[in-house]
Amino acid sequence: MLSSSLLRKLVMALSGLFLITFLSLHLAINLASVFSVELYNEWSHFMGYNKIVQLIMQPILIAGVIVHFVMGFVLEIQNRAARGVQGYAVKGSGTNSSWISRNMIISGAVVLAFIGLHMYDFWLHEMEYKYVEQLPVDTERYYDFTVAKFATLGRTLIYSVSFVLLAMHLYHGFASSMQTIGLDNKYGKAIQAFAKIFSIAVPAGFIFIALFHHLNPLQ
Amino acid sequence: MATLDSKVPKGPLAEKWSKHKNDIKLVNPANKRNIDIIVVGTGLAGASASATLAELGYNVKTFCYQDSPRRAHSIAAQGGVNAAKNYQGDGDSVYRLFYDTIKGGDYRSREANVHRLAEVSTNIIDQCVAQGVPFAREYGGLLDNRSFGGVQVSRTFYAKGQTGQQLLLGAYSAMNRQIQRGKIKSYTRHEMMDLVLVDGKARGIIARDLVSGEIERHGAHAVVLATGGYGNVFFLSTYCMGANVMAAWRAHRRGAYFANPCFTQIHPTCIPVSGDHQSKLTLMSESLRNDGRIWVPKNLEDAKAIREGRLKPVQIAEEDRDYFLERRYPAFGNLVPRDVASRAAKERCDAGHGVNKTGEAVYLDFDSAIMRYGREKANTSGLKDADDKTVRALGEKIVEAKYGNLFQMYEKIADENPYKTPMKIYPAVHYAMGGLWVDYNLMTTIPGCYAAGEANFSDHGANRLGASALMQGLADGYFVLPYTIGDYLADDIQTGAIDTQSAEFDQAEKAVREKLERLMSGSGTHSVDYYHKKLGKIMWNKCGMSRNAKELQEAIDEIAALRKDFYKNVRIPGSADTKNQELEKAGRVADFLELGELFALDALNRNESCGGHFREECQTEDGEALRDDENYRYVAAWEFKGEPKDAVLHKEELVYENIELKTRSYK
Amino acid sequence: MKIHLKVWRQQNAQSKGYFESYDLDHIEPDMSFLEMLDVLNESLIDQGKEPVEFDHDCREGICGMCSMVINGKPHGPQKLTTTCQLHMRSFKDGDSITIEPFRAKAFPVIKDLIVDRSAFDRIQQSGGYISVNTSGRPVDANAIPIEKESADASFNAATCIGCGACVAACKNASAMLFTSAKVSQYALLPQGRVEANTRVLNMVKQMDLEGFGNCTNTGACEIECPKGISLENIARLNREYLGAVAKG
Repeated sequence: MLSSSLLRKLVMALSGLFLITFLSLHLAINLASVFSVELYNEWSHFMGYNKIVQLIMQPILIAGVIVHFVMGFVLEIQNRAARGVQGYAVKGSGTNSSWISRNMIISGAVVLAFIGLHMYDFWLHEMEYKYVEQLPVDTERYYDFTVAKFATLGRTLIYSVSFVLLAMHLYHGFASSMQTIGLDNKYGKAIQAFAKIFSIAVPAGFIFIALFHHLNPLQ
Repeated sequence: MATLDSKVPKGPLAEKWSKHKNDIKLVNPANKRNIDIIVVGTGLAGASASATLAELGYNVKTFCYQDSPRRAHSIAAQGGVNAAKNYQGDGDSVYRLFYDTIKGGDYRSREANVHRLAEVSTNIIDQCVAQGVPFAREYGGLLDNRSFGGVQVSRTFYAKGQTGQQLLLGAYSAMNRQIQRGKIKSYTRHEMMDLVLVDGKARGIIARDLVSGEIERHGAHAVVLATGGYGNVFFLSTYCMGANVMAAWRAHRRGAYFANPCFTQIHPTCIPVSGDHQSKLTLMSESLRNDGRIWVPKNLEDAKAIREGRLKPVQIAEEDRDYFLERRYPAFGNLVPRDVASRAAKERCDAGHGVNKTGEAVYLDFDSAIMRYGREKANTSGLKDADDKTVRALGEKIVEAKYGNLFQMYEKIADENPYKTPMKIYPAVHYAMGGLWVDYNLMTTIPGCYAAGEANFSDHGANRLGASALMQGLADGYFVLPYTIGDYLADDIQTGAIDTQSAEFDQAEKAVREKLERLMSGSGTHSVDYYHKKLGKIMWNKCGMSRNAKELQEAIDEIAALRKDFYKNVRIPGSADTKNQELEKAGRVADFLELGELFALDALNRNESCGGHFREECQTEDGEALRDDENYRYVAAWEFKGEPKDAVLHKEELVYENIELKTRSYK
Repeated sequence: MKIHLKVWRQQNAQSKGYFESYDLDHIEPDMSFLEMLDVLNESLIDQGKEPVEFDHDCREGICGMCSMVINGKPHGPQKLTTTCQLHMRSFKDGDSITIEPFRAKAFPVIKDLIVDRSAFDRIQQSGGYISVNTSGRPVDANAIPIEKESADASFNAATCIGCGACVAACKNASAMLFTSAKVSQYALLPQGRVEANTRVLNMVKQMDLEGFGNCTNTGACEIECPKGISLENIARLNREYLGAVAKG
């Protein structure tokens, strides 16, 4: 593993920022499903069949996810070891730092589990459709498939709760990554503020979409 | 009686140091690699000396009892460091700094040393800036200065209220560079237990590893003691808890003369003792006396009512207050030198006017400063008719900008808001001008054993001026000792490594072990602190701010008796071969119990009042100090002879070729 | 005041530690926290027991020697205050107080509440200096004017007393705040720029070697720092380091 703690942190920050940009794109496409069935289908189809997206961007994204999570666990293990065998009997950390900032591993693990579910729900289906069963191209199939997923309350709730955890993860992670890349303080405050707003707004957007489709099922 | 050779070079005062540097012997770089030097203590003097010596090429070992060299008590100095830079163009010069220091020391320091100190003072600032010490600066980017007690120019460089920390971190960083190069080996949590002499020369030390309890031998061609002052003999002082006289005292027992032990500085503005549990006193910077007015209630009744909590200071009318410094010293008022201010406060408290529970405190009042600044501010802000409340609020803001951090510290400790009620202050032991006798080369009377910084006696006479301690520590360490030590070591280039298996080391180690065993074998009636507090009480009551022959004699006897009792009855739990803080303390207190006696003896011998040493028998009609230049214009250097009271006095006559001796007057 | 204490006792680095309880009577609110421990120790000595060992020296909040975690907080409950400047009036009659040593793999316990913080020394030795010879003849102090803002920022970083509370407070036992304060002090001054790259690389390398954890920007260090060293310094350290790595 990378020999310097600062470089490890940099990898964490950059992969995190990369995933944040992906998240923005993902939200934009999903939002289309609220406004226009055609647009959603069109964009989804582009993402699913474009060679650059499929053969270059998709592997990079998967790599980014793996790097971010593996590094996250590596750091967590190292950090626990750095405390030593004996911990504090009385823990005062609640008075000097936020729960969110101390428990990125928990929010991260939940998000990881969610990604597993999400891949099972959508990505696996896509792989089967395109490569295993090699079914014909159908540019109209995305919207119905998506909306159908949110028919059950359980799945909608799981998605929503996961997004809350994602928001928590982003709330600390986004701002923290700015600190890690050594963001200059002149613009620091504005960027930090943006990061906080982003961290709440984007997961809120996903929750909105999930609820929207749950409440507006296919006729 | 043997005469002490101060080795002051001949020639005009201003040329002595340059000429001396040209005359002394040098050690060539290749030979320096074969020479080992031990530096004990890593405060300003020790850290700067070890860094410079290592840089010159010597192999250096440093020792400190703290867990890091950076924690030495130089770190606690607040105010600043003097240097005759004359950046302010206010007429400062090397001569003026020299003159102020001699006069401030009440004409009991050595001219040539003090002049050298003033000369190298300018290099200190250059050096520190190059090292990255963040001194305060003006908006133009140049260094800022401020003014300090007892002088008429602004020559004090500072880094907010923590100049000491910044200077020490600078010296420590220079040390770190040499540690990284492998030229310094740093021993932390180690204490020097004895000095080892071979053929009459200092050739190493016995040290105790304070973690493992192991006794270690370290050989070297020269030993530098930069171990600070001995003010903790009073138990309560502004010194750090671990400050001790052990290294200097063990050297004294081995033949180094101890000079002027009775010259200690009692600083007037410290936070008073709050109860029997008190372990340490905290200084409030001298700068507060620029704006604070010192007073006590005029009427004994009022003072009593205040002590009993029936009256508040703000309720006492202006005409019922005694601003005793302004009354006694109209010319200097609240800004008289430290020794004078301290004595005056004690005099009032002794007369029954003290204002805290124990009657040992006077007021330092900022009310008039607050109102004065507030009025000024109101005028310049166009609020000509502002009421008192507005004026006060404005004034408090200005006082906060000037002294905010000190006021905050006061409030933290005393739990009173000094903006609303006057501070209570009382004098406390702060610095030791006396120390190991050294010649112009900073060598003690043991060949090869040097003393630097507060540990030696040389530069401050009977009273030290503010911001001069940091200057002296760094001057000795960076610019004096590294040159002068070569003169001695030039004869050692053929010696080869010092053998620590010699009979002398055997004997010294054995003595150390026996001493530790003796301490551990006390009957166990009283703790170490019990004895330390008792010693402190004797010292404070009988060797404190004013002294007389009868009480000094009593002190000598009482301390001797206390020492006997200490060895018989002290209780030290645990064992000597582990970390044992009680044992560490016991070793230090054992030496204080000897030093205290010599202190009293020296004070008894010096039948005059000068600087911080005030003999009740020697005062003018209106209670001012009366110096006796005819009979006491000398350094009293004491030779150890078995018991402190049997010490033999050696005198070094002080020759003043360049300065006329005058009576200090602040009326 | 009556106080109930639960104090960590440990004979040496190898042995296993445990908590021991003590009840103290007649504690005065004006006592400092360490004076309260002095009282405890005097009574332990009277009973022929070994006193509780703890690091302390200047007792005026500047040497950085005192440590301890008091009720879960390094240097106790008061902000911007070292243990030695903490007073018993911060506690109530009948309070229970748990005292533990700083906990970090890089700060092994020596005895009771004393830990070994020499890792900090080694970080500084690895590069926390400007390579000027003390025996040389540096230029005049006023030859390099320094912008007041930089000088003040450098000073603020330099106020770090090296106590280790940042490490003790950090859930990862990271030494970033300490290291960043040292790097910043020099990075902000023109004298320090000359060696800035090698300095930051070496100091971070040493920091990692000592076994401190990775910074996760929780900010606990800044809150618990008795000198209020700012997180800005950590950002600066990151920036300096990445810049130095980029330059090779």
